[in-house]
Amino acid sequence: MAKPTLIVVGNGMVGHKLIELLIQKRAAQQYRILVFGEEARMAYDRVHLSSYFEGKTADDLALSNRDYYEDNGIELFTNERITEIDSKLRIVRSESQEISYDTLILATGSFPFVPPIRGREAKGVFVYRTIDDLDAMAAYAKHCKIGAVIGGGLLGLEAANALKNLGLETHVVEVAPYLMPRQVDELGGEILRGEIERLGIHVHTGKSTSELFCEAGAVRGMNFADGESLEAEMVVFSAGIRPRDELGRAAGLRLGERGGIIIDDFCKTSDTAIFAIGECALYKNQIFGLVAPGYEMARVVAEQVLGNGKPKPFTGAELSTKLKLLGIDVASFGQITADNIHSKEICLLDSHTGSYKKIIVSADGKRLLGAILVGDAESFDMLLQVKQNNMALPPHPEDLVLPAREASTSSNSFGLDALPDSAKICTCENVSKGDICSAINENGFTTVGEIKDCTRAGTGCGSCVNNLKKLLNQQMEKRGIAVVNHLCEHFPYSRQELYHLIRVQRISSFSDVLARFGKGLGCEICKPAVASILASTWNDYILEGEKATLQDTNDYYLANIQRDGTYSVIPRIAGGEITPDKLIALGQVAKDFNLYLKITGGQRIDMLGAHLDQLPLIWERLIEAGFESGHAYGKALRTVKSCVGSTWCRYGQQDSVSLAIMVENRYKGLRAPHKLKSACSGCARECAEAQSKDFGMIATERGYNLYLGGNGGMRPRHAQLFAEDLNEEEVIKYLDRYLMFYIRTADKLQRTADWLESLEGGIEYLRQVIIEDSLGIADELERDMAHIVGSYDCEWKRTLEDSERMKRFRYFVDSNDRDANVVFVEQRGQKRPAFPEERAALEKLS
Amino acid sequence: MSYWKKVCQLDEIAPFSGVATLVNGEQVAIFRVNAEVYALSNFDPFSEANVLSRGLVGDRNGILKVASPIYKHNFDLLTGRCLDDDNVRIPTWRTRVVDGIVQVEVQ
Repeated sequence: MAKPTLIVVGNGMVGHKLIELLIQKRAAQQYRILVFGEEARMAYDRVHLSSYFEGKTADDLALSNRDYYEDNGIELFTNERITEIDSKLRIVRSESQEISYDTLILATGSFPFVPPIRGREAKGVFVYRTIDDLDAMAAYAKHCKIGAVIGGGLLGLEAANALKNLGLETHVVEVAPYLMPRQVDELGGEILRGEIERLGIHVHTGKSTSELFCEAGAVRGMNFADGESLEAEMVVFSAGIRPRDELGRAAGLRLGERGGIIIDDFCKTSDTAIFAIGECALYKNQIFGLVAPGYEMARVVAEQVLGNGKPKPFTGAELSTKLKLLGIDVASFGQITADNIHSKEICLLDSHTGSYKKIIVSADGKRLLGAILVGDAESFDMLLQVKQNNMALPPHPEDLVLPAREASTSSNSFGLDALPDSAKICTCENVSKGDICSAINENGFTTVGEIKDCTRAGTGCGSCVNNLKKLLNQQMEKRGIAVVNHLCEHFPYSRQELYHLIRVQRISSFSDVLARFGKGLGCEICKPAVASILASTWNDYILEGEKATLQDTNDYYLANIQRDGTYSVIPRIAGGEITPDKLIALGQVAKDFNLYLKITGGQRIDMLGAHLDQLPLIWERLIEAGFESGHAYGKALRTVKSCVGSTWCRYGQQDSVSLAIMVENRYKGLRAPHKLKSACSGCARECAEAQSKDFGMIATERGYNLYLGGNGGMRPRHAQLFAEDLNEEEVIKYLDRYLMFYIRTADKLQRTADWLESLEGGIEYLRQVIIEDSLGIADELERDMAHIVGSYDCEWKRTLEDSERMKRFRYFVDSNDRDANVVFVEQRGQKRPAFPEERAALEKLS
Repeated sequence: MSYWKKVCQLDEIAPFSGVATLVNGEQVAIFRVNAEVYALSNFDPFSEANVLSRGLVGDRNGILKVASPIYKHNFDLLTGRCLDDDNVRIPTWRTRVVDGIVQVEVQ
């Protein structure tokens, strides 16, 4: 007898979750299972869609792959929309086929609502829902300067972030009087607005858009109901979602008054053979636009079709939100306003640091009913757990929103310890604290990755990963396993501990460190790490004796290795200032040695394609022309970028170039846990992009604002404002302390942004240490820095002085031949290394 | 017929570092661990570049190994096995030190 047929319409996050559950339970043995998705792509992570503009690819976002479906006997049809359901004959139809079903599951999701206003069809109008939408936005944005998002809710702000990442002047238009009206209250919305405006995004609230105006079919802006208008060359609608219920409607299923396929506690529609799950389903007059309730519905359906007659019913969901919008924490759950009869509110508004915390408690002050957190959502997980487990509040519930004070005896947090085993840690995947702890203990897990693979916790929205880490550490400590932040298998110490030991015991060689604190022979992790600690403590020449063999190839040859084994050379050009003579000298050297030239992001010149034996010859010429090492090869200070500042610029407020040069020369050669980048801008226009650097100075009328802990790269972070209106002396004093404190306490390969995030108390704690000297180490930090600054020596100059050392600059120990495998081809008038296939073709020719 | 090619003095290779040489036109990386020397292909199959002699030498759980300077894959100095990818093994050569001279066997 043929197996009954089960058809899933929709391959979004919830549709995919259902398939995953069916596969886990081996449903393909009972059913023929078919899946239809109208997008060309398989299910992907829509929750983190905005990371697509921050470097993630469509592959990174994909939740699965075709092999997984195929290997498990699931027939998948993407790019194939189901156009009709005949519920009487139990048949679904697409453009190319019709198939009978026994069980049908609709997981068709939702579509972005676009209000019926004039101009909505114009070119340049977008919605924010699919990867295709994002691709279209990115392509169109290339020709635009100003973009506007209609809708200041959660998705609208994500879309605004996307526009900002695309380089547009960005506006957000919200019809309600404040931002994110569904998640926060008016005060929270105002704090959020302040923070978002600080990032350069323009916010317009209380604005109802009446029409879009166009020119030659392309949008040019919008008119508001109050008569005002806004120019924009690109408009993104993010005015809420509507359920994709058209198939259900045509099939005669019962729908809600405002749409949505009505389901019961078991996700059944009005037709017993048809289920609906996710955003197309209407449960008790509510559409759930979040992934966790959708997953819960998928579970309810999976259990039923597999013959578990009476599964745990769907009972609705706690609508909690926690996200980082444009770097700003916003979180809320439960009731967000109090009626002052059955519930009361306690709130803390701190417009100085831009944070707002509010909790809603029962009238007797014993139970937590809801919370709003803006700017600082640190306590979200704890509060949500208190609510979900209906835990009794402490005698002074206000402690839950007040910041912790030193010497305070009252505990203002419920540790994970206090939670019962039934507490749900991962609400997306419905995993409890007990499940996680027993998985850790039974399998001896030591990493969060293992917990994720085994329990699926942390694989949905990811907001519980911090708690997973904490639980793991707790369980490991209980089992007597030290929580491992060891440098590597050779050293049972963290970088910070090892730094301390080396410093206090005045050790100056790797063999000594290894003999006293480690075991084995060392490896590519601990050797460079120890070499870096030795360098930032004693500042001896890094290629002296044994130290040379600890260095990565880049530090060993004082140049940057490229994919073909040749090296690049970057001389220091402090502050990006260069004389014509020096520029000509660089050009001449590049010409004489046939090097490829590229201007770097740090206002320097990269000379690529140097053979090993050429490096000393190149440097002889560069030193003669007055250059010194740029340390581009080291975990060290790279550059201090600058704009021209008050010396030329009509807006400049301070001489930013001079400060940049001074700072760069002060810290050049400083070895650190990771590379350091800096910049100095002459006015608030910030042309030098100082806020994306490990430390940045921005000129004001009265001096400089100092920003710390910024980063570009894969996960960009805005630097945080540390202190305002400093004079140059103060800038140097604070930087000395900041950099030494970072060098002393950071983990291996930890950039300042991550380090700052990991410091308990964050920037405020850093202020205490650096400005108020709360640890009493400021003098010591300054002395250490003075030693490093005073003992600076150009590594290349030093290296050239020693003819013995020159011997290492060749490919072979016993000949002067070059690597025959290094072959260059020409591109745009310069050389580049041949790709393997080009190399093979060239070899054939010869 | 195999013979031994003289490469260099042992003290031309700093302990825990490598050098490269040509053997029958093939690039060979020679590593020194204390008084012992080991020879592997200099070609890193992952980056397709001749760079292994410029990697850092150390051990993983007691196994002597070198880490490629390009993508940091580790190779066993004794067997040429890649410790990060079971499917990869690179050629090795026999070596010896005679009167302070490092020698590689040429097949």
